[in-house]
Amino acid sequence: MAQATFEEISASDFFYRNRDIAGFTNPSRAIFAAIRELVENSLDAAESQKIPPDIYVRLSFESEATKDTQIYKLRVEDNGSGIQPRFIPSAFGQVLYGSKYKLKQMRGTFGLGGKMAVLYGQITTHQAAYVASSTGQAKVYSFKLMIDIQRNRPIILDRKVLINKDQWRGTIVEFTLEGDYLRAMPKILEYFKQTAMVNPYANLTFVDPKGRLYKFVRATMDMPEPPKETLPHPYGVDVELLQRLIQISPYKTMAEFLKHHFHRVGDITAQKFLEFSSLSPSKNPKKLAHEEIVRLMQNMKKFKEFLPPDASCLSPLGEDLLRAGITKELKPEYLVVHQRKPSTYAGHPFIIEVGIAYGGEIPKRGSFVIYRFANRIPLLYDEASDVSFRVINAMNWRRYKVSPDMPIAIVVHICSTKVPYKTVGKEFIADRPEVRREIANELREVSRQLQHFLSKREHVDKERKRLSIFAKYLPKIAQFSAMLAGKEKLPDVDKLIKSVQKYGAEET
Amino acid sequence: MEQKKHKSRVAEKKNEVIGGLKDFGTNIYNQLDRGVFPTISMPSRSTENINYDPHLRQFILGEKSVSRSARNIRHVKPFTQLAWAAMFSNELTSQRKTSTLRDVYYSAQAYEMTFKDQQESNNIITDLETVTGYSREDFNIFPEERSAVFGDLTIEYTVPGYEGKTLNLTSHPDGVLIGPALTSSEFASTTADKVIAIEKGGLFTRFIEENVHTKHNSILVLTAGQAPRQTRHFIRRLHDELNLPVYIFTDGDPWGMHIAQVIISGSANAAHLRELNTPDAVWSGVWATDIVNYKLPTDPLDEVDIKRLYELQRDPRYKEDPLWQREIKTFLKIRRKAEQEAFSRYGLTYIVDEYLPTKLKESK
Repeated sequence: MAQATFEEISASDFFYRNRDIAGFTNPSRAIFAAIRELVENSLDAAESQKIPPDIYVRLSFESEATKDTQIYKLRVEDNGSGIQPRFIPSAFGQVLYGSKYKLKQMRGTFGLGGKMAVLYGQITTHQAAYVASSTGQAKVYSFKLMIDIQRNRPIILDRKVLINKDQWRGTIVEFTLEGDYLRAMPKILEYFKQTAMVNPYANLTFVDPKGRLYKFVRATMDMPEPPKETLPHPYGVDVELLQRLIQISPYKTMAEFLKHHFHRVGDITAQKFLEFSSLSPSKNPKKLAHEEIVRLMQNMKKFKEFLPPDASCLSPLGEDLLRAGITKELKPEYLVVHQRKPSTYAGHPFIIEVGIAYGGEIPKRGSFVIYRFANRIPLLYDEASDVSFRVINAMNWRRYKVSPDMPIAIVVHICSTKVPYKTVGKEFIADRPEVRREIANELREVSRQLQHFLSKREHVDKERKRLSIFAKYLPKIAQFSAMLAGKEKLPDVDKLIKSVQKYGAEET
Repeated sequence: MEQKKHKSRVAEKKNEVIGGLKDFGTNIYNQLDRGVFPTISMPSRSTENINYDPHLRQFILGEKSVSRSARNIRHVKPFTQLAWAAMFSNELTSQRKTSTLRDVYYSAQAYEMTFKDQQESNNIITDLETVTGYSREDFNIFPEERSAVFGDLTIEYTVPGYEGKTLNLTSHPDGVLIGPALTSSEFASTTADKVIAIEKGGLFTRFIEENVHTKHNSILVLTAGQAPRQTRHFIRRLHDELNLPVYIFTDGDPWGMHIAQVIISGSANAAHLRELNTPDAVWSGVWATDIVNYKLPTDPLDEVDIKRLYELQRDPRYKEDPLWQREIKTFLKIRRKAEQEAFSRYGLTYIVDEYLPTKLKESK
């Protein structure tokens, strides 16, 4: 598939030379990226089996490398699906090998996260990676692997088969890599916190090189519905994909071809579209000339009568889980979450989920705290370039009696079969009008509710203040007037204070 | 030497004041004791409620009143402050201690009563004056400003430690400060047959040096600019208790003229109080017509002076006596003003030997 594009060098070689693309830019970024890729693989592995994830990550110091960098050993254990023994070497020793080339919502999409981490470890420390996995059957398989970079093939140095006495299921990956943990630490801890927020059904444990334990405990056993695989929608295809579909298709007519390879295309839609494109329904797709394929693709984008994609291929978190996650990590005084109906951009369905939280552990720092997520992955870099950041800044917050001085956190989660990232770094969402509109509408909805809460709270505060004023002054009036009148006994003002309270309670 | 006998009101007034404060407190106490939110009412001091009373010849407060209720969230704090101020004044008066407005501001903090600023505490004291009808000096709360008196008047102190002691007000050539001890004294005896109030310290000293007090048989009072309230009350007492006519000498300009007017008719700010003015007192100079008649060295009136003259022309206090309107018109005609010191062009004693006797005769 994609390897075919690079004829001169192997995929491993390509990413070895261009490791910035995968986020391994520098020693601090690399250690963050390695942890992140493996944790996300583990989350996917558990979720695919509807198992609430239990993930253990340990980073330990091995030796000094350079003035600023050290060699660390990274170990990640999960309770996920496990990997069939015959796939283990390729899954970790061959770049671009994986099961992620289908259309459904997934965390990664390159299929190189885990491998890239292993590859990076190998090129910086020249040591083999250790992988053990079991699908919960009788045996546990463990491998010592290296990657043949030029040929993009795994080299198996050692292979063991153990009896799985405890019926353990999951995967363990351990390898060494060079990095700068001290510098990466804030981002790594933030990554775990945010991952815990958007995966409230996961247990995350992290032991850092100083032996400090960070534990993020799940708040629920409920998990979102896993996404269903889906066919591509005609609006979202390109020439390359069309060509590939034609190649593999067993269907001999255009009508059948359209009906069976595209999302939400039936007999009637196919017929109307072919009329629109002046193509005979009985034409064999394999006979289409290159120019015809290009025209077909252009017509697919022009045709107005395709039904919009449905969202069964998406797996949003849902309001309950989003609420559980935010509550667990921020303990806000007030929280409102909202999920909008699915929408599409360029043939790709997406769903926006938003939460706005007030008070609790949210700091007051003069600007809103923004948490951005895409397919349940926290986005930690390039905040200012993100569409959410722009929408939030463009909002007229004063209308909602909300100011950036308040302790407010805004959570934006976008789920899509194709998240509209702006760059290959996958750190921020592009400013697409459809996405922008959805986020803006969603924010307005939750802000209205926040405004409601704030004004109610202001009222309660005012009331409390009002009562405290009477409670403070009435006894003093009693005292001063008794002194003036020359009386020993103070008049009883408790009843008066109570009467104000009762009045106050009625007011609220 | 003839001794003028008089009936003192000092002790009597103290009792009235203490009684007034007690009534105020008892009223609040009884309301609280009945289980109701206490309410007090007092005349409104807003501008539209300040009227000139030609009969009393001073500003008075009209019919409009305001009420303060401890039930009202906006009133409860000032209400408490007022009760505190009454209690504090009661302590001062009964323990015969004195205090200043500044002192009041700080003393409140001992009772966890805070005033936002000096202005707020001053306002509360004014409220207390309004609600009781007594001035703050009656509660032994004095402002910082001081003026002086000189002349053959023997006073008898009532302040603690000095009770019964007497002092003749000629005993110090700079004059005696008109402070709490003096204003709370009884008048024992005097040979004077008039009071001369003087605006400026320089002239006051000149008058003492030139023996005006014996030559003209007078008690000299230095107002030091606009006369403080305690000084105005002191002048009133000299007039009422000793039956002395009062003559006022100021600079020949709208401001001097108004210093005299306030001694005579009082100020709008003190409309809630009585006996701070002396309606029978007379402005003896320097008049605008004196500037013409005596050919005094002058300065031109500036814009502010002119504006002030037009204001005064409309002021009800200036419509009482045709003298005022005549002088205002003369000022506006000649557009000049003169200070009291201007008489020095005729020699240092001219003002005492020539001008003063003439004017005193003219004023009778």
